[in-house]
Amino acid sequence: MDLLFAAPALPLDEAGKYVAGAYVVFVVLLVVYLAIMAAKVQRIERELRDVAAIAERNKEIQAAPGREAEEAAPYG
Amino acid sequence: MTPSRAAFAAILAKDLRSELRTLQSLPAMALFSVTTFVIFRFGLDRTSLSGSLAAGVLWATLLFAAVLGINRLFVAEREEGGFDAIRLAPIDRSVLFTAKVAALLVYLLALELVAVPIFAIFFLEDAAGLGPLVLVLLLTDLGLAATGTLISSMAVNSRARDLLVPLVLLPLAVPLMIAATGATEPLLSLGGPSYDRFGTWLMVLGLYDLIFGLVGYAVFDFLLED
Amino acid sequence: MYGKGLKPLSIATVAMLTLSLSLVFFYAPLDGDQGFIQKIFYLHVPLAIVALVGFILGGIFAIAHLRTDDRKWDAYSYVSIHISVIFGVAVLITGAIWAKASWGHWWVWDEPTLVSFLIVFLLYATYYPFRYAIEDRDRQARYASVFAVTAGAFVPLNFMAVRMAQSLVHPRTFATAEGGMPGEMMLTFLCSLAAMALLWTTLVKFELTAKSASGQVKRLRRALDAPVAGGGSRIAPEVS
Repeated sequence: MDLLFAAPALPLDEAGKYVAGAYVVFVVLLVVYLAIMAAKVQRIERELRDVAAIAERNKEIQAAPGREAEEAAPYG
Repeated sequence: MTPSRAAFAAILAKDLRSELRTLQSLPAMALFSVTTFVIFRFGLDRTSLSGSLAAGVLWATLLFAAVLGINRLFVAEREEGGFDAIRLAPIDRSVLFTAKVAALLVYLLALELVAVPIFAIFFLEDAAGLGPLVLVLLLTDLGLAATGTLISSMAVNSRARDLLVPLVLLPLAVPLMIAATGATEPLLSLGGPSYDRFGTWLMVLGLYDLIFGLVGYAVFDFLLED
Repeated sequence: MYGKGLKPLSIATVAMLTLSLSLVFFYAPLDGDQGFIQKIFYLHVPLAIVALVGFILGGIFAIAHLRTDDRKWDAYSYVSIHISVIFGVAVLITGAIWAKASWGHWWVWDEPTLVSFLIVFLLYATYYPFRYAIEDRDRQARYASVFAVTAGAFVPLNFMAVRMAQSLVHPRTFATAEGGMPGEMMLTFLCSLAAMALLWTTLVKFELTAKSASGQVKRLRRALDAPVAGGGSRIAPEVS
């Protein structure tokens, strides 16, 4: 039979601080994780914006290859 | 002799011969151990040790000396194309694992042949516990050899080679150290050796050796893939 | 498609977390010996159990990766271990808070489960520098899987060894509230366990979705012959 801890329990106000502390730690870690993920998602959004711009540019080049190609390589 | 067994013998012989000829790892490991004993003498301010203190000093020293040897285990293979040779040979690649484990086991036993008597001379009142200690040394070395070979084979292909082995190996070695010191402590106790839970600790060591030997053997093939 | 089902999963997680927190503070009876401090256990123990299962899952995914050579298993393995390590930090901190409240010390070596968990955590903490040290992507994934398998085998062995190291003179001074727990406590505990398991799964899925999105962007860039951004982790596996 395992021995149960025999010392007297802390009074409620003191104990409450520890319990609250533990739950606060949990919440803080969760929020920090979400913040890091938020930064990641922001980066993805920025990259998608760039990629969309590149895709649109490519579309323009395809639609008017002569003009754009002239501008890009006038001597080629 | 099957090709695997022949390969095993060949790799083991090559390793041992090379070590004997160049004497790279063993003297360093032995010297390191003895110097560490001296450091412990001053660090703990003790001239004689017994029980848990003796077990702790002995095993901590052996563990760190082992790491020195494990770091260098696959260096020759990497630099001289030993890995490629094994890949091309028509044998079970895990034979490299078993051969290296055997080689490392030999190194560790050789180290202990030197370090343990010196430890006894430095610190122990009586040597009665050393006989059964051999069994503990053997089983722990086997576990260190299996895990050490596995980690070393991966670390050798990485950038922070020398750092990786101690970093990853030490937590993995904790159960070995727990069991080894657990068995050694009563052997080196002041009133003469006692065998408190000796069998249980040996079983834990054996279990560790079995599990990590099998894991190492099973995954080694994947490590050698190009 | 990793994001599929993420929304219902997170809703379920929030619901379960709310339910279990309510049970902890409004329903579960006060422990006779520990008093209010015991409430920490509805947080600490489920986190620990989920983290350990997560580590073992990381090993199982790694086995799948080694057998099938499909990179997605490596991603699963990495993310499982990653989220479990984060849970592990929470376990150790809440464990320390509990130790301080019970014994007046921030750390005690008498609790074999907590000590075992520390050792396991230290091992998995080496997973990151280990991956980072291997430059070749394929090799890195393979070696990481070997690590995850080895570490997974290590977990039960370690718990056994540490438990055995408990001196018979100092018996385990605390009984984790498993057996002999009143029904209300057991219900609260199980709800908390379910909530943490759901949270872990949601975070894993979330992380995988973000990785997948990142991978799709790279794929788009490559398809458009655009320069692929230099960013991107050197240790975390890519998902596409």
